Amino acid sequence: MPEHNTILSGKKFSITLDRLCYQLIENHGKFINSAIIGLQPRGIYLAQALQQRLNTILAPIKVPYGELDTTFHRDDFRTHKGPLIPSSQKMELVVENKNIIFVDDVLYTGRSIRAGMDALLDFGRPASVELLVLVDRIYSRQLPIEPNYIGLQVDTRASQKVKVNWKAAGEEDSVWLMTE
Amino acid sequence: METGLSVRHLIGIKDLSVDDIRLILSTAVRFKEQINQPMKRVPSLRDLTIANAFFENSTRTRLSFELAEKRLSADIVNFSSSSSSVSKGETLLDTINNLIAMKVEMIVMRHPYPGSAYFLSKNVNAQIINAGDGTHEHPTQALLDAFSMMDRTKRDVSEMKIAIIGDIMHSRVALSNIFLLKKLGAEVMVCGPATLIPKHIESLGVIVEHSVEKALEWCDVANVLRIQLERQEAGYFPSLREYALAFGINKTRLNKLTKPITIMHPGPINRGVEINSDVADSEHSIILEQVENGVAIRMAVLYLLAGRM
Repeated sequence: MPEHNTILSGKKFSITLDRLCYQLIENHGKFINSAIIGLQPRGIYLAQALQQRLNTILAPIKVPYGELDTTFHRDDFRTHKGPLIPSSQKMELVVENKNIIFVDDVLYTGRSIRAGMDALLDFGRPASVELLVLVDRIYSRQLPIEPNYIGLQVDTRASQKVKVNWKAAGEEDSVWLMTE
Repeated sequence: METGLSVRHLIGIKDLSVDDIRLILSTAVRFKEQINQPMKRVPSLRDLTIANAFFENSTRTRLSFELAEKRLSADIVNFSSSSSSVSKGETLLDTINNLIAMKVEMIVMRHPYPGSAYFLSKNVNAQIINAGDGTHEHPTQALLDAFSMMDRTKRDVSEMKIAIIGDIMHSRVALSNIFLLKKLGAEVMVCGPATLIPKHIESLGVIVEHSVEKALEWCDVANVLRIQLERQEAGYFPSLREYALAFGINKTRLNKLTKPITIMHPGPINRGVEINSDVADSEHSIILEQVENGVAIRMAVLYLLAGRM
């Protein structure tokens, strides 16, 4: 297993999620016309964690929530080493004219977000789309995509990996910077 | 790392592992969601060219493959033997090699001769999907049948008893269904007149029954097959009327059962022969769901095979 440094965990991890929630509330108020969409496969854990916190803060309001699978819109289908197996999708909300907040754990090249936006448009025309990420790997973008809400910015090398671990996935809430 | 299909071509269910079958079925769940969205098309296969080569008549399968390919954004060409140089005597291999010379990368083929898809997969440089080869196999039909059973009953195939009723001898659907259902652990019975049940079919692990009443009482799902008059040279039964009386599925027969069962039919239906309209159009029939699920299954097969290029 590659070496890893923990760059976010424990109380700091929790405070970061809280801060992101309040930033969302600043812009979206009671989420009357807004919805959170987690990107499969790993973005859904962050989206679920944020939704839970927002529901507690804004009670009795329930923040509209969806899970989007971007597999069929990826641009590396024929060049990817292994097959791209799709994940499940939960999109029971109306996208048309909504303010959508895309949620993903790590932003790296921006290609997943591009695929996500295409997948989202299959459901209708949103009023706006914003991007929230827990970890922004700065200076690594291959497409003109920038997040609106950032948990943590890190400057990484291409040989490194960033992994976000979640209690909901049977791990301990933390962010690892892994070096091969 | 994620693993895909163990095969490069889809010739028959016989070549698929249980994992392959489960992967196709689970991928089809996502595609079924996709084709029920406002925007049905995805760009996955936009750089792929697929030929649908149909050397035998087909409505459902050809349209279903065509729609599946279009919804995956592939470029497609359609080819049928009646309107081509095959009628001038061109061989199968020459015909297909000409398609491949035009940069076709995947071929969906239906052909009246058993083994033709296998023959092609060994002799040409393209991925082959068998859309029915004579009386041999029709793998995508078996996959969509299993998908439809599970989708309707919300139970796994391994917990089900399935009776395949009708012309077993000439049916590629029956053979593919038997292979698939047995691989997934279902109990399978075949039922029909003794002349239309191949000898030694028990060796595939199926129960043979000649009484349609007993078969219907035994099963959870009845897959009713068409009488394939075009493949029958000899008289296997006295008349269609007699067949309908002895083996036709009608409301009277279903009303006598102790529990409701799900009715399937791969189409085309001979109404009033193997199945009556009062059954084919009843709430227990999933014949049109099978057609809908067919597109999702074929999208899954095309998508997963394209990932193996």
